[in-house]
Amino acid sequence: MARHVVATAGEIPVGGKKVVNPAGREICVFNVNGEHYALINRCPHEGAALSYGPVVGCFESKRPGEYALTRHGEMLRCPWHGWEFDIKTGQSWCHPESVKARTYKVEVVAGSHLAKGPFVAETVQVTVDGEYIVVEV
Amino acid sequence: MSATAQSPKVQTNDPAILGFVDCDVHPYTKSPADLDAFLPKRWRELRQTIGARSRSPFVAAPNYPRMSPGTGMRMDAWPEDGGHPGSNLNMMREQLLDAFDVSFGMMMPLLGRGGDSRDVEFGAALCTAANEWEAQTWCDPEPRLKAAVQITTEYTEAAIKEIELRAGDRRFTHVMIPPRGLEPLGRRRYWKILEACAANNFPIALHLGGTSGHASTGGGWPSFYHEEHPSYPQSKEALVTSLVTEGVFEHIPNLRVALVEGGFAWLPSLSWRLDKHYKRLRAEVPHLKMLPSEYIRRNIWVTTQPMEEPEQPDDILATCEWIGWDRIMFSTDYPHWDQDDPRYALKVRIPEKEKRMLFRENALSFYNLTV
Amino acid sequence: MTIPMPGAIDCDIHPALPDTRTLMPYLDDYWRAHFQMRGLDRDNYDAAAFPANAPINARPDWKPAKGKAGADFQMLKTQALDGFGLKYAICNVLHGAQAIFSEDLSAAFCRAINDWVAKEWLDRDPRLRASIVVPMHSPELAAREIERCAVDARFVQVLVWEMQEIPLGRRQHWPIYRVAEQLDLPIGIHAGSSYRHPPTNLGWPSYYLEDYASWSTGFAGVLNSLISEGVFVEFPRLKVVLMESGVTWLPAWMWRANKTWRGVRAEVPWLEKSPADYAREHVRLTAQPFDSPPNAAMTRKIVEQIDCEDMLLFSTDYPHWHYDGGDALPDGLPDHLIQKILVDNAMKTYPRLKDRA
Repeated sequence: MARHVVATAGEIPVGGKKVVNPAGREICVFNVNGEHYALINRCPHEGAALSYGPVVGCFESKRPGEYALTRHGEMLRCPWHGWEFDIKTGQSWCHPESVKARTYKVEVVAGSHLAKGPFVAETVQVTVDGEYIVVEV
Repeated sequence: MSATAQSPKVQTNDPAILGFVDCDVHPYTKSPADLDAFLPKRWRELRQTIGARSRSPFVAAPNYPRMSPGTGMRMDAWPEDGGHPGSNLNMMREQLLDAFDVSFGMMMPLLGRGGDSRDVEFGAALCTAANEWEAQTWCDPEPRLKAAVQITTEYTEAAIKEIELRAGDRRFTHVMIPPRGLEPLGRRRYWKILEACAANNFPIALHLGGTSGHASTGGGWPSFYHEEHPSYPQSKEALVTSLVTEGVFEHIPNLRVALVEGGFAWLPSLSWRLDKHYKRLRAEVPHLKMLPSEYIRRNIWVTTQPMEEPEQPDDILATCEWIGWDRIMFSTDYPHWDQDDPRYALKVRIPEKEKRMLFRENALSFYNLTV
Repeated sequence: MTIPMPGAIDCDIHPALPDTRTLMPYLDDYWRAHFQMRGLDRDNYDAAAFPANAPINARPDWKPAKGKAGADFQMLKTQALDGFGLKYAICNVLHGAQAIFSEDLSAAFCRAINDWVAKEWLDRDPRLRASIVVPMHSPELAAREIERCAVDARFVQVLVWEMQEIPLGRRQHWPIYRVAEQLDLPIGIHAGSSYRHPPTNLGWPSYYLEDYASWSTGFAGVLNSLISEGVFVEFPRLKVVLMESGVTWLPAWMWRANKTWRGVRAEVPWLEKSPADYAREHVRLTAQPFDSPPNAAMTRKIVEQIDCEDMLLFSTDYPHWHYDGGDALPDGLPDHLIQKILVDNAMKTYPRLKDRA
């Protein structure tokens, strides 16, 4: 396990995403309403790059004919077969127990702190007064 | 009691080393106007004014809206040039032909709507234009792509003329008929066309499609794409039933038919059902000399997409055995949303011999392809 | 396989209405006069979906010397009730009444048939139960007829055809399902069509063999409709019974429906589990015809794939011809399922079988 600096803190807007490659692993980092999350960039079904899928809410319903959009910006639809994943947990909507996209731990860390620890900075230039997105792989 | 979707952690079947033949590839125009170059003036003007008219309520949208833009395209297939998925040859090479080292890609164009046109002369002109477009735009720069002869089955003379025109042109390997037509394809009125296919050594690819005006279930029009999408196998079952029951394969024993984009797990049960009830009702169809399942086994091939996903993944092997491994051909359906990745679509490891048949050999022989 | 035990519950037998005239005493004054005036009593409104003399609809040894197979009570009693040692048998009258375009005339026909069944069949043998025939194209009249008949506990089910004007899941039909659920009546969906549409989505086929083959594809459409529209979400106690539908098509339908659901479920967000699991909870199938594979091992494979011990119900499908002698159960069913198929599943599906008639 190593911690990789993959982006600056303001780089990914709310609702946005960025594909990064720490340790040769393709990972998609999301900004969900100000919190960052990371999923492997590969659908567990047939391998599509999840980063091409739209970030959406949860399409829900209490009863037939009633529609509710909840959890805005927290779900990802696979760009191929439309499987929906919870960005925060990687769980698939249809089979939450058995189908998951792998998640990675993400933190926002101050540059001053980064200077001290064992971090791998990818292509990101680190300064002491900046804040950075760090993924643990 | 649980429906467990399997996750392919590992690549189970790599077709690249096999010289993969993809039995369902969709080229698209960048714009409908791309066909104009191949249409005579009269039809070009009609296309630009009234346009092709089929039997559905919308000018250009499908009856059932899909779940992703571009009428259900895979979302990573939009080219940077702004065109439609499947309209950019370089992107198709990158995502499909080169990515899987495809030996041949069997094109199934869904454009022009010639086969659906209520004005059959216009329909025939659209088919001719789409065929010419296909050959020049795709086969000429990329010989791995093989063209479909598109026809309208509602205009027999024009259809036969088109089939004969393309026969001998090695860019064209199959005749494509949208199965949802005015009448089931086995009916006598279509036999001359089917005869022409066999006489010119063209196998027939029946790719799902067509706007016949008939409800997509025998009990009426469903509400949702969630119902329409799983109604495709029902079209395929009706097709098989019609072709077999009408005696098409008794009349044209060397006719070869591939069912494209309908999956395949439904075929064994249909064979058993037809055999069983044929025994009771055979007096009605004395022209049949064999069991329905024997005609199916001899004259019908299936393609895989959308890949069946049994709740127990191993069950796919039994299904393939019941159909016969020599009758199943892998197809991706690039660039549609429900297309299959040849490496991961099957959730079980296929034995080597069967894998070669599935990804390559069956298609080479079905489509008369020479390497 | 010959029935190994008596006391089975037969969920699909077909008493036949001899002719339209038979219904005259069961019509009210208005409709009796109306039938007479128009000569309807002389017309034949048999269902085109089930030609009475087609061999598949009339087993030779079950066909009386005169008249239609299924029309003779004594024969049915001897051959089906006594012959199979049945505890109960559910009468499903397949008649064109439900296909008549005028919903009022259709309702009048249906009322008469239900009253005729009660008097001429149910009253004559305590083992007989019946399904209520209804004009499905008028939810209001259908619901009223269900309520009228349900007073008699021997009516245990509502009978509709799989192929009608609009798919069975559509919300127009929901008043019917609401009353059926309240009254503990499953919806029995029988093979057949009122021919408002061609029975295949490719158009009109030539042969009856093709129509017959299409019944199973029609049922796939029925399940897609009932599940997608959310009928089982809105009516969680409702059961539907697919009758004379074939059985072996079911696993392939499950796989495909589940696959579509995973990608398209946002269109029908009320679904909380896979289509296959909705089917396992709410859908039952009579086991004739079964459309068996060539050997028993394959049958067992199909049963494993269905993966639900509650789904199959025993039926003789009398007087239809799917087997000879007493071989009403398909070969290859696992032993532990036999008792469930013969008795237990039906008792759970039809709460009214527990009531005293």
